Amino acid sequence: MSTIPSAPTSMEQPWVLPSRGRVGMFSLIAAELAIFSIFVVAYLFYIGKSLTGPLPKDVLELPIFASVCLLSSSLTIHAAVSALRKGKVGAFSMWWFATMVLGLIFLGETAREWYHLIFEKGLTISTNLFGTTYYSLVGLHAFHVTVGLICISIAMILTLRGKVKQEHGERAEVFSLYWHFVDGVWIVVFTVVYVIGR
Amino acid sequence: MASETIALAAAHDVPQPIGTILHDWVTTVDHKKLGILYILYALIFLVIGGIEATIMRIQLIIPHNDFVSPQVFNRMFTMHGTTMIFFVAMPILFGFANYLIPLMIGARDMAFPRLNAWSFWLTAFGGMLLYFSFIGGNGLYGAGTAPDVGWFAYAPLTATAFSIGHSTDFWTLGLLVSGFGSIGTAINILATIVCLRCPGMTLGKMPLLVWLNLVMAAMVLLAISPLTAAQMMLSLDRFLGAHFFDTLAGGSAVMWMHFFWIFGHPEVYVLVIPAFAFASEIIPVFSRKPIFGYPVMVAATICIGFVGFSVWAHHMFTVGMNSYANSFFTITTMAIGVPTGIKIFNWIGTMWGGKIVFKTPMLFCIAFLFQFLIAGLTGIMLSAAPFDWQLGNSYFVVAHFHYVIVGGILFTLFGAFYYWFPKMSGRMYNETLGKLHFWLFLIGFHLTFDFMHVPGLLGMPRRIYTYEPGRGWDIWNLICTIGVFFQIAGTAVFVGNLLWSYFKGKAAGNDPWDAWTLEWSTSSPPVEYNFARIPIVKSRRPLWDIKHPEDPDWKYE
Repeated sequence: MSTIPSAPTSMEQPWVLPSRGRVGMFSLIAAELAIFSIFVVAYLFYIGKSLTGPLPKDVLELPIFASVCLLSSSLTIHAAVSALRKGKVGAFSMWWFATMVLGLIFLGETAREWYHLIFEKGLTISTNLFGTTYYSLVGLHAFHVTVGLICISIAMILTLRGKVKQEHGERAEVFSLYWHFVDGVWIVVFTVVYVIGR
Repeated sequence: MASETIALAAAHDVPQPIGTILHDWVTTVDHKKLGILYILYALIFLVIGGIEATIMRIQLIIPHNDFVSPQVFNRMFTMHGTTMIFFVAMPILFGFANYLIPLMIGARDMAFPRLNAWSFWLTAFGGMLLYFSFIGGNGLYGAGTAPDVGWFAYAPLTATAFSIGHSTDFWTLGLLVSGFGSIGTAINILATIVCLRCPGMTLGKMPLLVWLNLVMAAMVLLAISPLTAAQMMLSLDRFLGAHFFDTLAGGSAVMWMHFFWIFGHPEVYVLVIPAFAFASEIIPVFSRKPIFGYPVMVAATICIGFVGFSVWAHHMFTVGMNSYANSFFTITTMAIGVPTGIKIFNWIGTMWGGKIVFKTPMLFCIAFLFQFLIAGLTGIMLSAAPFDWQLGNSYFVVAHFHYVIVGGILFTLFGAFYYWFPKMSGRMYNETLGKLHFWLFLIGFHLTFDFMHVPGLLGMPRRIYTYEPGRGWDIWNLICTIGVFFQIAGTAVFVGNLLWSYFKGKAAGNDPWDAWTLEWSTSSPPVEYNFARIPIVKSRRPLWDIKHPEDPDWKYE
């Protein structure tokens, strides 16, 4: 039908739709939430069902310092993003770097905890159900922190090379959604593993 | 917007060397090319999965047959189920969604074109990984080739002690990889629909296909992810000696069932909602009436999306749950029949008083209506826990879900193929061959799957590789297998028709069906940028408004 007359060409009201980055990231977070829920359910279901030791109450210590570092990194990344939104690249790079350092401290603390558990307490993923669920849930979270840190490092390198400008504010913000999500999940993991499970 | 294209399009008519064309397809990020890649890839796996089904039916044609060994039979039903769900149904529906959604919402591409390509290739390599098991499944242990644990792979069959070699590893990794692809596509579909609609297309003016795919994508996010998590756990069990599903160490085999079916049942709706979407586009156009009850259709779909997540354990009545769980899942399963029934009434309402054109796409959709109704009715029967205790894991269940997947989903898919083939290829298919395909497949389908209910009622369990004569199952199995050959003949006509029409078919023109949605306003096949000018819409049927300026829809909506 090549005889179709032309369609209307103007609109009365402006046509604004949400940004694809935010919608995409929220969708990813929804999928990630479903993955984490399954691991959390498995953890809760297997609490107290281990047939052999070591048990959580014997070996786990509250990772207060690591948690404080990770949760404060949410504040620093927020400060970084709002600085970039206002075009203050210097302040952005400082806050962004702080976020990176806090994330690295968290990962280092996790590594220290795992070293302690594996080599001093003899708990591995195949020791008992506690080991299985503990390493998989905490490991899944640590994996997400690692992915986040890789992204942060790439952005850090780009910043140092002077490629990051005010117009990248939205991208930084979309990434910060992911980082906030990873921090939020840590609150759940902390509650489940170190409070309920201990 | 009509048929104007920018002069650049002419450059495509110059024949290019095969290497360039191939490079073009492999590196493409164009939603239409990726859609076609998805569809072609799924069609190849459809043939492979069909061959596996045929091998099973030949084995069961008479009692005590020894066409294949029990081991091979186990591999066939595992690979058939896995292939058909993950590497035929999902990719083919994603392919249509990819191709049609940007065209229908007046966008130039998906929201994340490179994510789109990434998702497709993950799905493709996931399928190859699964099929590599035929070669690599032996591994160092020298045992097992293709996976043989059934498509839902219950523990402890998948434990390293019972599944020696690497067959189950290929199964779990193949699904893990393609699962990431599915999540990527779902994110893309959601972001595209939410963020890229053309001016004027509010949520209430989107074509129903777009609405239904929106719900489908949301369900994929929440349904595939649990499967991904469960596959991670299974991989940890198999590779690192974890104990998630290891009953000897206190693990729970039933937990795998829950995790699998939390994915498994919503998956049925993930597959059937796009099928509903095709029917919701085809039936109005061939009834020459707008869809009846648009808002109710949307509401019913969303309702299915929600309730669909609370029915999974009806797959587990025979496992033994407490009476509260049994009652809950019986009630929710029966309840989900209500929104589905509303949809059937709406399609009938659309046809009622319409000027129905019995072209091939419409024939497939009408057959779908009847067959999906019957599939739903046997579903209601099986939702009653006591009835399920009698018939769970029997051929009655096999007949029921094939009625859904073949009679419901595959029939509308065939309809969708014929309906959008002119748009995708620019050529008209052969109507006579299309009708021949329809009738052959209809006869074959009913021979196979109508009569498959009977041996189930007579107590024939699924997944047995042979059976004793004289139990009253012989004649029904014979009829089922005969039906398969009609289905093969129908599918051969279908493939032949597509190939012949692609090269020799009449030019289709932009709008062969006198349809109403935006994809019919572009050229066939559409140019890379889809629309020379982004359209502006004022109603649910923008092309109707353009063709009938004296009586546009937006005056009444």
